[in-house]
Amino acid sequence: MNATIKDIFGKNLRQYGIMLALVAIVLIFAFATGGKLIMPDNLWSLIQQNGYVLILALGMLMVIIAGHIDLSVGSGVAFIGAIIGYMMYTWQLNWILAVVAGIVIGLLMGAWQGFWVAVVKIPAFVVTLAGMLLFRGLAQVIAARTMAGFPAGFNAIAGGNLPHFLGFLPNPFAGWLIPTGSPFAESLDTVTILIGVIGIVGLIVTGWRTRARQIQHGLPVEAMGLTITRWVIISLAIAFVTFILSMSVSGTGLGSSPILLVIVAVLILAYAFVMTRTVFGRHIYAVGGNRNAALLSGVNTVKTDFMIFVNMGLLTAIAAIVTTSRAGAAVAAAGQSYELDAIAACFIGGTAVTGGIGRVSGAMVGALIMGVLNMGLSILSVDANWQMAIKGLILLLAVTWDLVSKRRSTVA
Amino acid sequence: MSDDYILQMRDITKEFPGVKALKSVNIDVKRGEIYAICGENGAGKSTLMEVLSGVHPYGSYTGDIIFNGQTCAFHSIRDSEAVGIVIIHQELALSPYLSIAENIFLGNERATAGVIDWRETNSQAQKLLEQVGLAENPQTRVADIGVGKQQLVEIAKALAKNVKLLILDEPTAALNDTDSDNLLRLIMDLKSQGITCIMISHKLIEIEQVADTTIIIRDGATISQIDMKGDDDHSQERIIHDMVGRPMEHRFPDHTSTIGEEVFAIKDWTVHHPIDTERKVVDRANLNVRRGEIVGLAGLMGAGRTELAMSVFGRTYGTNISGTVLKDGHPVETRTVDQAMGQGIVYATEDRKRYGLNLIQSVKENITSAGLTKLAKMGVIETEAESTVADDFRQELNIKTPTIEVAVGKLSGGNQQKVVLAKWIYTDPDLLILDEPTRGIDVGAKYEIYTIIDALADSGKAVLMISSELPELIGVCDRIYTLCEGRITGCVTREEATQESLMQLMTQEKETDN
Repeated sequence: MNATIKDIFGKNLRQYGIMLALVAIVLIFAFATGGKLIMPDNLWSLIQQNGYVLILALGMLMVIIAGHIDLSVGSGVAFIGAIIGYMMYTWQLNWILAVVAGIVIGLLMGAWQGFWVAVVKIPAFVVTLAGMLLFRGLAQVIAARTMAGFPAGFNAIAGGNLPHFLGFLPNPFAGWLIPTGSPFAESLDTVTILIGVIGIVGLIVTGWRTRARQIQHGLPVEAMGLTITRWVIISLAIAFVTFILSMSVSGTGLGSSPILLVIVAVLILAYAFVMTRTVFGRHIYAVGGNRNAALLSGVNTVKTDFMIFVNMGLLTAIAAIVTTSRAGAAVAAAGQSYELDAIAACFIGGTAVTGGIGRVSGAMVGALIMGVLNMGLSILSVDANWQMAIKGLILLLAVTWDLVSKRRSTVA
Repeated sequence: MSDDYILQMRDITKEFPGVKALKSVNIDVKRGEIYAICGENGAGKSTLMEVLSGVHPYGSYTGDIIFNGQTCAFHSIRDSEAVGIVIIHQELALSPYLSIAENIFLGNERATAGVIDWRETNSQAQKLLEQVGLAENPQTRVADIGVGKQQLVEIAKALAKNVKLLILDEPTAALNDTDSDNLLRLIMDLKSQGITCIMISHKLIEIEQVADTTIIIRDGATISQIDMKGDDDHSQERIIHDMVGRPMEHRFPDHTSTIGEEVFAIKDWTVHHPIDTERKVVDRANLNVRRGEIVGLAGLMGAGRTELAMSVFGRTYGTNISGTVLKDGHPVETRTVDQAMGQGIVYATEDRKRYGLNLIQSVKENITSAGLTKLAKMGVIETEAESTVADDFRQELNIKTPTIEVAVGKLSGGNQQKVVLAKWIYTDPDLLILDEPTRGIDVGAKYEIYTIIDALADSGKAVLMISSELPELIGVCDRIYTLCEGRITGCVTREEATQESLMQLMTQEKETDN
């Protein structure tokens, strides 16, 4: 039995809707900025500026789906950033050791909060509000004054590019779409192109194998036309981003892939896998959807809650490393309102405020919508205060649309 | 005219996208009488009442509602309440931390210029409480009184709105027998005061007791309007026949159990109340279940049936629990849900929406939720195998759903119950404790559930079934234990059991102090 188009789209309409919204926003700003938004260097900056939201939103998504909230991640970023900075600046510790130490401290921080939420059963709102004050305070103690001047290796985590060990390819559009003598390279970075090609091939191969397995198990499969359409759209998007990035000249003056993009991409794939394919991911949805039913089905809710916060601690540490590396300095005021960015990304991406529902792809698109808005409005030199106001309205609109469309679907 | 109709609904048709929920329904309601509306789940009873009370506003349906001779166009519940039509839903709409009096006048406050007149509020509430026969202080919090009394508060609230036509959606579903009887008596009392009543109910016995007329709805259409006091055939068989559209010669499938060794037993099982820790909720209970046997557990509400089951299932109820659980003759620990499941003991709750299912997750994910580890390697779920498992259960248990990806909350009660059963069957248990497995589901689906239970016993599993419906226990179980005030007061075989003998055991007081 073939699933009808309505089955597929009916179920995923919300997901497609939010992706279309992202595409629309990109197109609007690309047009309004005269194409500047999608210039190679701006795309490069977009990834750099929003890496932390993407990383934190992955953890926040799990926290919110489980029916909790975490208000402490911004302070956590400052706290761990301060410790890493202190280790490298005052102790002159090797930067790799400092990064490892930062991750360990992130895990401990998450375990601390997880203990209060999962074991003592204090509402997460209260625990993480306390954490927000606690970690900010500690960050201010440790980074009483700004610490700067870190090893180049550390600074490259957020600021560097992958090396050009495969050389360059000629740009087929040079002199045609790309004017000769433009600041952008007339040659393309082969490493970047290769990553894009691997991405597209991976998409199609895994999709094809899933399909084959479904047929083998006699399960309903998507209409072939629909699958191909989706592959084409996603492949084009990957190809476009790859192409632009392979021309970007930031950092080295030669087209390249930001290391941060690789880190973020690996994390997104890993967490999408965790949420859709693993027992742990399923337990998060079960706990958030109906905690009592999960408990009576043998789900260890205490362990699940605890691990969600440990995981949030891990991602907070990664975000702290990225943020500190990007700033090239450890500042007590770092990470201000990062928790709100991550929460907003989840909600814009269709995560249910009451828990139980949400997807990695949604939260990532939510984060990108905010990022594109930020960048587009900045290029248009809209005042930062107005930017904040506009983002607030977008958040409200997105959640309203989500709830209204849900209400409509429950009437049916 | 000799017939004085308070309400006539003419050619009511209501469509939802893709479904015709009501197809030209006609009903006539005489003033001052009691009407029962019967039908299988999904037949359209609730939709009809929602049209009548303005939940579905005028214009979203076709047809006419004529109330007291006037054609009505209700745009909201407020409109219908203004003319005296009040609906009381199955899930009570009371605010638990407000007082009885505050609840009675909620949205209808006794106030001048927004300032509440407390003396007026409390004294009028007192009068209304007397009218419904509830001896409680109007200032008591609603959370502090039982469900039966809360139901009476709802009726008092309706009376405060000067109700002329009272609609009750399964009013006795959550009540014990005493409270049910009180409520039914009150409904008849209201009738003598001239209030017309429409009651949606599954319980044929109570319909027989109180209804003047029974309206049967099937597939969105009125099938029959039976005069219960006249010459019409108003036997239970007739009503069931009209509801399901086929004769129900057997309400229970024929079944003979093949009984083997003892699988499960509890010895001297004592459980204390989690808050009032001095109180014994289960008191030195002993019972056993054998392979292939279906054992019933009967008891009035508050006898400790669910508490007994949940205390065994991972100590999910109670404190200071003592006694022994024996599995295949050996003492075992069932201190956590995980341990109980590890011993092959599972418990399907009586409240599937709150404790049994994740309503926003798919049928598939609910079915595999308890046995998920069987589908996982190193914590990674084999998704295709999972779909296959869920789809097999869909076919085997005849779960009516478009696909296994549909959210379980969208299914009817009977199909939800099948999902709960599938979830536990998939864990391949040795003992299934089924708590009210047919609560709130219609006659046809009940039969299917009984068939599933029989099949489980035939496959060598032991079943312990808790139920409030004595005919069901007698019809399905091989042996029935009775529970009264936490004590096992008897154990009778299917052949010996009658409703009367069970009821006697279920109400057996403590004889002597020892």
